[in-house]
Amino acid sequence: MASEIRLFKTGQPHERGLNLADLVVLLAVGVVVYIGVRLSLDAPRVIHGPEISLSPLMLPFYAVLSVGRMLLAYILSLVFSIIYGYVAANNKRAEKVLLPLLDVLQSVPILSFLPVVLLSFSALLPASTAAELASVVLIFTSQAWNMTFAWYQSLTTIPTELREASAIFRLNAWLRLKTLQLPFAALSLIWNSMMSWSGGWFFLMAAEIFTVGQRDFRLPGLGAYLSVAANQGNILGLAYGIAALVVIIVLLDQFVWRPLLAWADRFKLEMVESENPPTSWFYDVLSQSRLVARFGQRVIHPLIEKVDALMGRWLPASYPVTAEGNRRRWQEMAVFSVIGLGLAYGAYRAFGMLVEISMVGWGQIVIGLATTLLRVITALIITLAWTVPLGVLIGTNKRAASVLQPLVQVMASIPATALFPAFLLILIALPAGLNIAAVLLMLMGTQWYLLFNVIAGAAAIPQDLKYTATMLGLSRAERWRTLILPALFPYLVTGSITASGGAWNASIVAEYTVFGGRAYHVTGIGAVISQATASGNFPMLLGATLSMIVAVVLINRLFWRRLYHIAEEQYRME
Amino acid sequence: MNDDGRNLLELSHVSQAYGSGAKRFTAVHDINLKLDEGEFVVLLGPSGCGKSTLLRIIVGLQKPTEGVVVYKGAPLVGVNPNAAIVFQTFALFPWLTVQENVEVALKARGVPVKLRTARALDLLDRVGLDGFETAYPRELSGGMRQKVGFARAMAVEPELLCLDEPFSALDVLSAESLRGELLELWLNGRIPTRAILMVTHNIEEAIFMADRIVVMDKEPGRVVAEFKVGLPHPRDRKSPAVLDLVDQTYALLAGQTQPEAIEMGSAPGEPGPKRRLPYITISDLAGLLEHLGEQPNNRADLYQMAANLKIDSDDLLKVVEAAELLGFATIAQGDATLTPLGETFAEASILARKEIFASRLRRLPFFRWLLNLIGASEGSRLRWDVVETALELEFPHDEAVRQLETAINWGRYAEVLAYDDDENVFYLEPASIAQA
Repeated sequence: MASEIRLFKTGQPHERGLNLADLVVLLAVGVVVYIGVRLSLDAPRVIHGPEISLSPLMLPFYAVLSVGRMLLAYILSLVFSIIYGYVAANNKRAEKVLLPLLDVLQSVPILSFLPVVLLSFSALLPASTAAELASVVLIFTSQAWNMTFAWYQSLTTIPTELREASAIFRLNAWLRLKTLQLPFAALSLIWNSMMSWSGGWFFLMAAEIFTVGQRDFRLPGLGAYLSVAANQGNILGLAYGIAALVVIIVLLDQFVWRPLLAWADRFKLEMVESENPPTSWFYDVLSQSRLVARFGQRVIHPLIEKVDALMGRWLPASYPVTAEGNRRRWQEMAVFSVIGLGLAYGAYRAFGMLVEISMVGWGQIVIGLATTLLRVITALIITLAWTVPLGVLIGTNKRAASVLQPLVQVMASIPATALFPAFLLILIALPAGLNIAAVLLMLMGTQWYLLFNVIAGAAAIPQDLKYTATMLGLSRAERWRTLILPALFPYLVTGSITASGGAWNASIVAEYTVFGGRAYHVTGIGAVISQATASGNFPMLLGATLSMIVAVVLINRLFWRRLYHIAEEQYRME
Repeated sequence: MNDDGRNLLELSHVSQAYGSGAKRFTAVHDINLKLDEGEFVVLLGPSGCGKSTLLRIIVGLQKPTEGVVVYKGAPLVGVNPNAAIVFQTFALFPWLTVQENVEVALKARGVPVKLRTARALDLLDRVGLDGFETAYPRELSGGMRQKVGFARAMAVEPELLCLDEPFSALDVLSAESLRGELLELWLNGRIPTRAILMVTHNIEEAIFMADRIVVMDKEPGRVVAEFKVGLPHPRDRKSPAVLDLVDQTYALLAGQTQPEAIEMGSAPGEPGPKRRLPYITISDLAGLLEHLGEQPNNRADLYQMAANLKIDSDDLLKVVEAAELLGFATIAQGDATLTPLGETFAEASILARKEIFASRLRRLPFFRWLLNLIGASEGSRLRWDVVETALELEFPHDEAVRQLETAINWGRYAEVLAYDDDENVFYLEPASIAQA
């Protein structure tokens, strides 16, 4: 049962709190944002979006465009992950810089970069190219970190004896990658790729529909199709668009992810056969096909032999020896001091820009942060209120699971940002309509993670303990207090960390929107950022973006990570 | 079998230390070792004596802090290309088939496809895995997995074959048959290996197989004895000559009970050798004492006890060491004898046992130190990290943690100290506060 559930876990390193490295990394992020804002000064004031046709016949075209962006970003992410993780795992010094950087980037609300990235790119490039590139960059930044972390973690947890075996049998770097490192990391990489794709859809839709003031950054694609349909009140168009999106996601699942998972089952490290290995009809078809088998024998196999032989000549077998020369130390010192000086100068200039913000401006930022925080908390509480009972029901009841699970999976596969135009269409006329829509978007973006985690947690409660609770005659309340809630705790924390991260991201799209030619906004940090983008108030854009990043990283470190630590230490069932 | 006796490997003054400054610990100390061609040498010692570390130094996976490894007259740099290891946990790639697992070692050496396949199949045939070429390791039993491990190691035709506890993860029967098969391959010269070096903690296994045995002991890891086993193969386990050697080796490893002051060692922070608490559970200790109490004269031969109780010699020695440390048993010439106190313990009720245990525990310098430390701190409560930091001046980190875990386990049983797992705090049981 548990194997049916797609449970995503974020990598949470064990150190708690903030340290010096984190501060340096935050400073660096600040300087990068500052550079972006500086570039944005030259951004055109008016940007026209593309014409979007609502004809269903155009949908395949838009779908191809959207998937293309995702694919490009994913390939970039994969290449980046492999290299970054490899360097971090193999170079002790680089590790000291790369890990904190990765750790901060993982918890930064990526969407807050969107306005800065779009503006700075459009200052340098033609508007349509800028938007294309910005969407790819944005998706990349949403996909890369968890994959990198997974790869790095795999590399550093390869069992010692397997490492020693590959050293003593003289496997060179290529053979080590091929027969040890990639296979060992395969499952984790695939799971994280799936997670990255589902996250990527959320950001792609946001990037495709982003419009502020006179600047229309939309891109031809499914997201823009949905937003135009909603703007025109075209219900049928909305239905077509969402259906197309669901079809694509289901196709990808059936033809890519499930076959991959079924194939990758061989990479499990356990020395026992799995009880119910993942299955895929498409994989079965492929593996029974003679054509595929012949292609493998005639083409793939000799090709691999050639590459192996070539690599054997290029790369001598070597076992990493930790000898460090002084010369390299000096070089590194030089590089670090140049970077340090650059950072200091950038920070000084950024500070110069931040000083321009008035007290009123800072007041807006603080109020915005507080309001968005409230909204995030509300969304989290609502989510917990319904996912815990339902998740426990699904997780502990086989019949309920067989009915509800597929339904939940389809619902969860739709990126919340794609539904946002539809919410607006329904809610914008109501009093506080955008406020409701904003919380709803946060809910849609977060609740599934939590639901899956609760289901997994409930399914993992040992049967013995359930029998014991029954035999002790525990009342319903006692049962929840002494068994179910403590057992769920680690899962709830893991789910909530991801959920709250998603909610902060959603605020950028949800708190300010242009609908039916009119701009709507509610109080919140997302709205502050979007309004600063619309009005070209660059100091404010910098201040608000940085404040949001710092706030979210702090909440993550000082609150979530402590909770996670407690959950790991005291409530993990073993 | 090669019998020319030329020197293959020589270690001189090899030491390995970890950490630095006050926290520097010696894993192995000043090892001198020679290995000649045609020899089957066994490194025998209790767990934690650094024999596996030594093996890794010998093949070049690890560079010793001091001393040199000379292989065929030249100092060893990097991993020795003429050595192969058979690992305790097999170290097979789970995603490769049996044949691929053997072939990958050959591929890494640039052996062309045809030759590679032929050699892999031939070796699998020789170890008796014919028909299992396309199986994955997870489909095989432990014994068969280790055969793949052997085939892989032999495929690269190493001059020096290193075996790191190769039989200890196997069940008794598979281990027995595999030992025989390995000896057969080696003695009949069916493998091109010049010398075999095996690491084990199993005394009988060492005497059954070795030409020469190097006995190691811990704290610090060092060589304490070395002797030849001049018996012809196949050796009969029940023959008086073999039994005699086993008995002597047990006596060597179990040592001789010393006067109490030496036996107990000194407290952390004080000069003098420290005594580690063997990590055993109280029920194992009680079981041993009860067993001894049932023997004539409350006395038993260690190796016979291992055979009767069907436990590993290493585990038995640990429990015996604990009994010796607590004054419940004495050891002389490979025999363990119950002391009067141990006899009382074995016959006592549950509560009386706790009292006896507690009174002995309070005599141990380690516990006296720990109880004083807790008693002297504010509110008689002391955080785990404080004790751990203090202990890390005496033991490596992992060992310090294990010592504390054992102390909590024993202390809780004796009701002399308590530990709050939520807050990671040690505190004293009310009865102890009065006495501390």
